[in-house]
Amino acid sequence: MSLHVDAGRPTRAPMPPGRRHVRPRSGRSFLTWLDLKAAPYLLVSPYYLLFLIFGLFPLGFTLYYSFFDYDLTGTVEWTGLGNYTAMLADADFWKAVVNTLAMFVIATVPQILLALLLANALNKRIKFQLFVRLGVLLPLVTSVVAVAVVFTQLYGRDWGVVNWVLGWFGADPIDWKAQRLPSWIAIATMIDWRWTGYNAIIFLAGMQTIPKDLYEAASIDGASRRRQFWQITIPMLRPTMIFVVLNSTIGGLTLFSEPTTFYNGNVHGGSDSQFQTVSMFIFEQGFREFDYGYASAAAWLLFLLILVGSAINFLLIRRIGGNK
Amino acid sequence: MFNNSRRGRLLAVAAVAALTLGVTTACGSDDKPADNAAGGSTAAAGPVTITLQTFGGGKNFGYKEAVDKWNAEHKDITIKYDNLTDQFEQVYWPQMIQWLQSGAGAGDVVGIDEGGMGLAKAHPEWWADLGEFGLQNRKADFADWKWENGVTADGKLFGLGTDVGGMSLCYRRDLFEKAGLPADRDEVSKLWPTWDDFVKVAHKFQDKIKDTKFVDGTNTLYNVVLVQEAAKNGNVSYFDKDNNLIVDKNPAVKSAYEFAQKISQEGLTAKLRNFTPEWNTGMKKSQFATLGCPSWMLGAVSGDGGAGPDFKGKWDVAAVPGGGGNWGGSWLAVPKQSKHPKEAAQVLDYLTGKEAEVSVFNFAGNMPSNVQAQQDPAVQGAKNEYFNDAPVGDIFAKSASALQPVFLGVKHAQVKNAVESVVSAIDDGSVPYANGWKKLVDDAVKAAG
Repeated sequence: MSLHVDAGRPTRAPMPPGRRHVRPRSGRSFLTWLDLKAAPYLLVSPYYLLFLIFGLFPLGFTLYYSFFDYDLTGTVEWTGLGNYTAMLADADFWKAVVNTLAMFVIATVPQILLALLLANALNKRIKFQLFVRLGVLLPLVTSVVAVAVVFTQLYGRDWGVVNWVLGWFGADPIDWKAQRLPSWIAIATMIDWRWTGYNAIIFLAGMQTIPKDLYEAASIDGASRRRQFWQITIPMLRPTMIFVVLNSTIGGLTLFSEPTTFYNGNVHGGSDSQFQTVSMFIFEQGFREFDYGYASAAAWLLFLLILVGSAINFLLIRRIGGNK
Repeated sequence: MFNNSRRGRLLAVAAVAALTLGVTTACGSDDKPADNAAGGSTAAAGPVTITLQTFGGGKNFGYKEAVDKWNAEHKDITIKYDNLTDQFEQVYWPQMIQWLQSGAGAGDVVGIDEGGMGLAKAHPEWWADLGEFGLQNRKADFADWKWENGVTADGKLFGLGTDVGGMSLCYRRDLFEKAGLPADRDEVSKLWPTWDDFVKVAHKFQDKIKDTKFVDGTNTLYNVVLVQEAAKNGNVSYFDKDNNLIVDKNPAVKSAYEFAQKISQEGLTAKLRNFTPEWNTGMKKSQFATLGCPSWMLGAVSGDGGAGPDFKGKWDVAAVPGGGGNWGGSWLAVPKQSKHPKEAAQVLDYLTGKEAEVSVFNFAGNMPSNVQAQQDPAVQGAKNEYFNDAPVGDIFAKSASALQPVFLGVKHAQVKNAVESVVSAIDDGSVPYANGWKKLVDDAVKAAG
């Protein structure tokens, strides 16, 4: 499994020498031209056409309407930067930002550490290798909503398994949906359950590209297993790590399904928006309050947030394994 | 494969960043009537399927038997009965507005709660004109206010009434007995002429029984008190009749909120919000002993999603403290986008007619708004078997003709949603009681803005 992060980039066809100035007059030379020059562009064009329609156009459209006071069932009025200034002063928006960042940290840090350890274990010689490796991917093939529904029941206040188990140790039942930190933890576990195995497999793929002789040389020099992990595996995994962290950042900051399902499909995210993420805030503004302009502005602020978050993480991860 | 799902996630990012187009198209292409491929515009080619979209918990609109009967008798028009969700303000109505606004996705006949009627009336372009199909002649079937509310600002008839609220209090007679309280409905009614008496009874109950709370949560009784108080304050709740937000000025809202806070503070609530999975489970696990019950709530309790068959005969219906009130009640309308408006109007005519509304009352308990159905002996004398043979006809039908409508503004549904979140938040402890009222007003202003 290779990591073609830039799979969509068009590669320029090599130009055949000598035929450069031949004009495509006859049918045959037209076909040659089509084959050599146009085909690569034709082959990548579906992606770009779809991206144009479903990616770029909505982006521009959203930006355009973020400057309007646009009520779906009422008026459309130009407000300039009004939506943005209002949002920066909107406590609900910032609450959603804090929720999103908190859940991202609570979910992602343990997830990546766990995935690394899991990958390291899977990288060893074990029985039923294929079976075990596929096993960690199983959670990924269950639907997000199914995961969220089951976890929501586990975290029930009155009849949930988690509170029942905590009760053995004399703990009072926790109202997972009413308190902020517990709700974040509950949602973080849903995310981790689903994505840890996935990231572990990515790490495993990265680990298998590390040349064996590095480890052999280290063994001969007397480096312990642990030392090999930290000094060889981790630094060599850096490109993989960047990919995994950036993807987790994007996924984490656009979190929507788990917290929405956790509150019975209601994008308010708890009675006091305890776990409303920015995506849910956008949805609530756009499709519950029908304030499209405000929602569009929030979407762009989320976009900026993701850019900043990704940049920070990228810079952090790049430092892994010291100076290179 | 892995790259694909990653790509999916990246695309999802783009979709959220660029939400407008993505989601509206996704919603628009959702739920096309099945007959499009077969029948199309040549209506004679085969039976027409009319999709009926409703909302509500338990037995919701209660049309199951009426629809089965229609489908058995009519070969040319088939009704597809689709109850989309139990949540009106949060799920059904926002979705419906998008369908109506985008021109695709809505059913041929759709249910609208009273809270949505202000907005529906303000958008005549969403609806087919029922007058074109001869439904003007139904005027005598309804109270004036119920009829007028189905007429748009420019005089077009677009909706006919299904049910009206009415008000009662449902209680668990077996638990009352266990707590040493009278279980007979007349005696129970005498226990609580006022809400203060109700709270006293609650404490008596709570002293004896620990693992069942007296009330489900704050939200149901908040709404009951709100409509009662609204009737004393010019029949307005969140908006005045010029559509100005009056949450902070209307004493009805404040009284209702204070009552909600009181029952929560005094530990009488099971801290469950109505129409959530936890609330449904709460009924099955006997987590609460009473429930504010407009007529349509009876179906929500007795339906499989609610308390269900195991509790048949254990629930009963008593008078509500503080006199009557009108919470809820719905209308049916035909969206303009319907491909078969004529057949849809025929179905709507049937479903709001005497026969169907009597059937709804007997099946689910929803009090008909159709005056002829109200006066039908089958309704007047009806007893509800599930609720220990309570004479529901007597309880609801008597007061139905005297019910006063509470005026609901264009943005009522949004404000209601925001307000009820706060009313629930003080109960689950996430908003301190001291901040509750201020937050309620602030959030209402935001939602209305």
